Amino acid sequence: MTHHTHKDYAGAKLGMWLFLFTELLLFGGLFLLYAVYLKRYPQEFTAAGREMHVVFGTANTAILITSSLLAAMAVTAIQRDQRRQTLWFLGGTVLCAIIFLTNKFFEWSAEIGHGFYPNSPRLATAPPGESTFFSLYYLTVGLHGLHVLIGASLLTWVAVKVKRGSVHGGDFVLLENGALYWHLVDLIWIFIFPLYYLIL
Amino acid sequence: MSDGTPHHILGYNTLIKVWLALLLLTALTVWVAHLNLAIGHVWGSLAIACLKSGLVIAFFMHMRYEGRLLRWLLFLTLTTLAIYIGLTFFDVLYR
Repeated sequence: MTHHTHKDYAGAKLGMWLFLFTELLLFGGLFLLYAVYLKRYPQEFTAAGREMHVVFGTANTAILITSSLLAAMAVTAIQRDQRRQTLWFLGGTVLCAIIFLTNKFFEWSAEIGHGFYPNSPRLATAPPGESTFFSLYYLTVGLHGLHVLIGASLLTWVAVKVKRGSVHGGDFVLLENGALYWHLVDLIWIFIFPLYYLIL
Repeated sequence: MSDGTPHHILGYNTLIKVWLALLLLTALTVWVAHLNLAIGHVWGSLAIACLKSGLVIAFFMHMRYEGRLLRWLLFLTLTTLAIYIGLTFFDVLYR
């Protein structure tokens, strides 16, 4: 029973942050593509941007901000060794993620129903800038949605470990890193929201 | 700063205040988008987004309480991104 596993708190967090930096550069590249094409096709982007559902976007922004709050509170709770509260906060975060993805499902269904999807007949006859907008939209938001799915699964896995007691007030870097990943998902949405839903 | 005390605990009250600020800024950015400021609302929206992400990084992600290494790495990442964006636009705008 006396096997000691080596734990390096600072190293674990540094590793997570380095990974998050690569994620920032990945999405940064997609935002750069958006900016360049917006410069090239201003009218087409404006026309395509009018088809976005601002209500869905705003609701999902509020949901992700709230989920981020709950994830941060979960870290505070585990640091205070309050396992019960930690589990409630993590449950709330995952619930927000599920609501976010459900909204996304209805939003995309509506858009695809209106004939906006890659290579659709409607976009094939539209000016080239409009299909570029929707390709970038589906790529960026789809990749972000995948991150929401991964983040929610990660936090569910961490919650199981909290329940079993292997993540606790004395060893919580797994929860902290999971929460960091979740905040990154929120961070990227904070830029997706104005770029795709508001400024056009 | 954090070398001596690696685990700074953020109280619920601080976190809730940051959350309220983020919701207010979201409302503000939706409102700004409805104004007709020509190109002004693009920069306004981006400025608000930067402010919001600053709050998320500083408080929710605890960067305010981290040591020098992580802060410098964040700075390095953002500078790299700024160079990419700057050089690309240098090409796109003056081609």
